[in-house]
Amino acid sequence: MYRSAFRIIPRLDIKGPNLVKGINLEGLRVLGKPEDFARYYYEQGADELIYQDVVASLYGRNSLHEIISKTAKEIFIPLTVGGGIRSLADISNVLRAGADKVSINTAAHKNQSLISTASKMFGKSTIVVAIEAIKQSNGAYMAFTDNGRNQTSKDVILWAKKVQELGAGEILLTSVDQDGIGKGMDSKLIQEVCNAVTIPIVAHGGIGNPKQVLEIAKEIPVSGVAISSILHYQAISMNINLDSFKDEGNVDFLKSNHIKSQIQVSSINEIKNLLKKNKIQVR
Amino acid sequence: MGKTMHISIIDYKMSNMFSIKNALDSLGYSSEITSNEKKILSSDGSVLPGVGSFPEAMNHLHKLNLVEVIKEFVISGKPFMGICLGLQLLFNRSEEFESYKGLGIIDGTVEGLSKYPTIDRVPHVGWNTVKINSLTKQNLSYRSSKIRLDNNEYYYFVHSYFVNPENKDDIFTTTKYGGIEFCSSIARDNVFASQFHPEKSGAKGIKLLREFFN
Repeated sequence: MYRSAFRIIPRLDIKGPNLVKGINLEGLRVLGKPEDFARYYYEQGADELIYQDVVASLYGRNSLHEIISKTAKEIFIPLTVGGGIRSLADISNVLRAGADKVSINTAAHKNQSLISTASKMFGKSTIVVAIEAIKQSNGAYMAFTDNGRNQTSKDVILWAKKVQELGAGEILLTSVDQDGIGKGMDSKLIQEVCNAVTIPIVAHGGIGNPKQVLEIAKEIPVSGVAISSILHYQAISMNINLDSFKDEGNVDFLKSNHIKSQIQVSSINEIKNLLKKNKIQVR
Repeated sequence: MGKTMHISIIDYKMSNMFSIKNALDSLGYSSEITSNEKKILSSDGSVLPGVGSFPEAMNHLHKLNLVEVIKEFVISGKPFMGICLGLQLLFNRSEEFESYKGLGIIDGTVEGLSKYPTIDRVPHVGWNTVKINSLTKQNLSYRSSKIRLDNNEYYYFVHSYFVNPENKDDIFTTTKYGGIEFCSSIARDNVFASQFHPEKSGAKGIKLLREFFN
């Protein structure tokens, strides 16, 4: 298996002006200002960042663009933005704000030519297709949209092949079943998708401790992992987000200092050190 | 000291130029995204960015009358940097696209990563190290000798093609991926161009931009 350095990519779910975190992509909690977390992760050696607008309404996109442009002015690693991107104009606007890549899910299902046209227009490497997978009772994985709420009736493996053919430069693969519970990633799902395509895969959903990252990096030719909870809670423990709360969402859990027991709070450095020790190449 | 250096970022409607502008702004340079011939030629330094396909990029450069402008700028001796597709466009031709003609500033060709069976993931996306070509190190021009690269430093790559310079002295660094070693940057006279993205390579990348344009 040849690979460039294994990528550790903090994923920041954004609602309005806030960084939020959900469980199984539901039940949002406010954690702070995304740009504060982004700056901290950049200094910690994050390889890229993902901003996911979890509400993605047509209205109120200004705050997302504002967050992107603030981030892009001080953080010089690739930034992928997803959520609510439906047209070439949406892509162009997000890139103009300072994003380097866009991640598209729902619109790719509704309009496959968006992927092929965007890939030609903005370059393959700019277009990431996000696939949200949920395991079915027969063991197959089905692709979902809208944070796992809507079924597409498409098989994940076939869909992954299709988006590669359409011109996607990368796949961001989320296991909705595993997301936010910290019990580890769905290695079967990731392996199957890696086998099916030759474009890079970034896996997301389920990391609860650094050891789980190591297991995935060792076993599967995946290019990197997107992580949220364990990094966010570590960042919070460093008090990076004092004074940055807005009146949106539920902040009570933060005050109560309650962190789910499966989550082992860890920094990017700690994760990379563990990988390095085990001869996985990291930056 | 004298006036602020003004850098043009050549806009040929094909790429994300904003991150380069952000990076140059952070260094205190004045910079402008432009396809205006006069503005490019009167700038103190220039960047040719680029993401996307080689033939389409050349079509855009021709349509905007920028082919001769770029050649003229390079001859002027002022610092000129190509990034990613902006490196590939400097070459004679791209093998993959019916031998499509490039700017022909550097002799050599552009090849595809996917024709190598040992490479299992294309595009090559992510952080990889560079190795300095010992041939070049001795003969670096004044401009590129200011870039303080170290062997095994990580930079951010995202590409499906790479350049193969005819004159091996033009190779500044090489990078290993999937069992091959390709040219990851070139340096000649006032020109430096890289396959990786300095503007997306964190503090090391920003440092490279500063050293080259200073």
